[in-house]
Amino acid sequence: MNLDAKIPSGQIKDKWDKYRFDMKLINAANKRKYKILVVGTGLAGASAAASMAELGYQVEAFTYADSPRRAHSIAAQGGINAAKNYTNDGDSVWRLFYDTVKGGDFRAREANVYRLAQVSNSIIDQCVAQGVPFAREYGGLLDNRSFGGAQVSRTFYARGQTGQQLLLGAYSALSRQIGKKAVTQHLRKEMLDVVIIDGYARGIITRDLVTGKIESHWGDAVVLATGGYGNVFYLSTNAQACNVTATYRAYKKGAAFANPCYTQIHPTCIPVSGDHQSKLTLMSESLRNDGRIWVPKKQNDKRAPSQIPEDERDYYLERKYPSFGNLSPRDISSRAAKEACDDGRGISSTGYGVYLDFEDAINRLGKNVIEERYGNLFEMYERITGDNPYETPMMIYPASHYTMGGLWVDYNLMSTIPGLHVIGEANFSDHGANRLGASALMQGLGDGYFVLPYTIGHFLATNKLEKVSTDHPEFKKAESDANQKIHKLLNINGKKTPSEFHRELGKTMWDLCGMGRNEERLKKALEIIPQIRSEFWENLTITGVNEDYNIVLEKALRVADFLEFAEVLVWDALERDESCGAHFREEHQYPDGEAMRDDEKFCHVAAWEYQGDSTKPIRHVEPLVFEDVKLAVRSYK
Amino acid sequence: MKLKLHVWRQKYGKSKGYFEQHDVDYVSEDMSFLEMLDVLNEKLLKSAKEPIAFDHDCREGICGCCSLTINGNPHGPEKATTTCQLHMRKFKDGETVYIEPFRAKAFPVIKDLVVDRTSLDTIIQSGGFISVNTNQPQDANALPVDKKQADLAMDAASCIGCGACVASCPNSAAMLFVSAKVSHMGLLPQGQPERKKRVLAMVNTMDAEGFGTCRNFYECEAACPKEISVRFIARMNRDFLKASLSKED
Repeated sequence: MNLDAKIPSGQIKDKWDKYRFDMKLINAANKRKYKILVVGTGLAGASAAASMAELGYQVEAFTYADSPRRAHSIAAQGGINAAKNYTNDGDSVWRLFYDTVKGGDFRAREANVYRLAQVSNSIIDQCVAQGVPFAREYGGLLDNRSFGGAQVSRTFYARGQTGQQLLLGAYSALSRQIGKKAVTQHLRKEMLDVVIIDGYARGIITRDLVTGKIESHWGDAVVLATGGYGNVFYLSTNAQACNVTATYRAYKKGAAFANPCYTQIHPTCIPVSGDHQSKLTLMSESLRNDGRIWVPKKQNDKRAPSQIPEDERDYYLERKYPSFGNLSPRDISSRAAKEACDDGRGISSTGYGVYLDFEDAINRLGKNVIEERYGNLFEMYERITGDNPYETPMMIYPASHYTMGGLWVDYNLMSTIPGLHVIGEANFSDHGANRLGASALMQGLGDGYFVLPYTIGHFLATNKLEKVSTDHPEFKKAESDANQKIHKLLNINGKKTPSEFHRELGKTMWDLCGMGRNEERLKKALEIIPQIRSEFWENLTITGVNEDYNIVLEKALRVADFLEFAEVLVWDALERDESCGAHFREEHQYPDGEAMRDDEKFCHVAAWEYQGDSTKPIRHVEPLVFEDVKLAVRSYK
Repeated sequence: MKLKLHVWRQKYGKSKGYFEQHDVDYVSEDMSFLEMLDVLNEKLLKSAKEPIAFDHDCREGICGCCSLTINGNPHGPEKATTTCQLHMRKFKDGETVYIEPFRAKAFPVIKDLVVDRTSLDTIIQSGGFISVNTNQPQDANALPVDKKQADLAMDAASCIGCGACVASCPNSAAMLFVSAKVSHMGLLPQGQPERKKRVLAMVNTMDAEGFGTCRNFYECEAACPKEISVRFIARMNRDFLKASLSKED
């Protein structure tokens, strides 16, 4: 397998500009001869589909939701980073680049990250031009705030609904193209497979979620913008439907899956309350700007928070990381919460929770300021828990949130399958082993608005693609494979529901491959996962038929892929015998509990190549070369 | 906590629907309304009965998927709350609960509690945007926007497109939804060049999609999970009138 990242030559700051000039162009009149399939309509998918349609390509956009606007990008709360330096606090493209590489614990590709920092400013300009109502100051200029993992205020926001407003911006651009019939939308259709013809990705197979119909769609290029796989843990901050199927199917067709073990556990979520729990709700990280995190100093302290005096509280982030304090990066904050709870100092009925306290901020700034900043988040918290955070501290605990791993892509955002491009959370490219707050929105829109529309043109201009139709035997074979799989699932006639299997898998992953990992537990996970999987194929129950709006079948198809993919994730965690970012191997830590990287052996991307269902995939390596950033121990002290 | 549920079942869009009764006894007050239905669905599936289909996704009140009419109220009894964020502590032990889809002519039922709301997307596609291609626009701060106007635009822009306004309206009007988008863009300087064209196109599409007319009942505002104000409807009416009177072509 060839993992050539195709990084352009030259100085890092000139690479993208020079490369844009070097890329081959397609004549405006010829663009409409090419058809591009975009799967997923979140920030990355919607922005890419709209931008490519504006250029003149024929675009078809697919979503399993009833509208492109439902994509889970909509739930991002806190903000989007850009190196505008509007606050004059020393920010620059270089600093955003450096912070992102460092935040990712030096496991991301320099050239990609630099490009991301470069296009960050254009994203803000573009969104404002579209009418995204970012927060403003009284003078009418844009407001910024600071966010986890950064010492400058570079985060643009729209109340606690930044993801929603950015997605609606991309959705409106996409809607404009749909209205003009430049984009064909396919709603409530889920991608089940990618079709490869003569080595190129030439189409996809979808299932209509309402009628059950299996359909083929051809294109000259395929773009996956299908998000992350955080739901492999069952409970996560992801939406219910988020799944790994599209990227995992592409992996089975030959696309390398990179760094699957890099899974981010977000520190500020509402703790679990019972077995019925279907998801964990994120409370925006922006709350850490004004909230102070603490646990009681004593173990098993059951007193109400107001009864615990100041000197019996452990503000552990402020204590351990004085210069970043409550704004320490996500991986560090999450692990610190886990440590406190494992030490018996956790709060809430389960012992798995820590306080996020606004008392000081309310005393300092006044309740109205806090209400203006976080009012909707406080209301949401009260609705879910029944507690009023203006009066009593919030309880929070880490939860699976974002996945830095994803399909391997080169500098053009193309996977190891020619023609198959991967953007947004679905690819692995920019966040290394840990993503900083407010960077996901930046990457999704950066890929969709400002990178892919250029690089896909170069791909189309430099590859001679034969005409294909959906009558091609490869389409027929993929359709028949999908039908057979569905038939098999419907005829197991067992006793356990898809959700039961999913919950079982999730618990295994959380306990054995969650925030802290070690060889013993990972090996145990590798024994358990195949057992769950084989039981799934023997003891699953599904009601109804394929030719219907069948919510059980829909779920079963997704769980089936999670059950295979989880194993790849664990292999990756096992073989990455170092700690880095969100991947914390307990065997590798400094005496103070910080992650210890092994740059000699692991300064590389691990990309897994599928070898058949019962064979271990091959681990390929793309060395990471740092020319502009010096490898250093990541310190936030 | 025990509840008597009456759930709307409808096999296909065109088949006849009916209420199916389920007496449930497992409800805890920490459950969300949808989690309560999840547990019921697991029980149905275990006894080889078909689970109840309903739309849902983010479960944090922002995607706009969830769409249940609970005891006659779109999104249920709690103010400013989507179905997914409604928790069972808002119900009393022994209560009878009727669960129906969002009902409107422009929202045909697909199955059980799932309806087709693509008519709302069609309205946006006819003009709910600012026509700017992806390119290198001017610096974002080159265009200052009065904070009050920007905040008001954000109030309007917070619409999640769930359609509760339509479901709550005796006439099934989509005025709150459409006016929210018209106002969001009409309040910002970026939205001015297309202001007239936009409101005319969106209102015409709204009518063509089968939504009813506004009679100022204000049920929409009461049902809106994001508390979008009916003042935006007045603003849209003003814009529509102005645009109609000054049409150039």
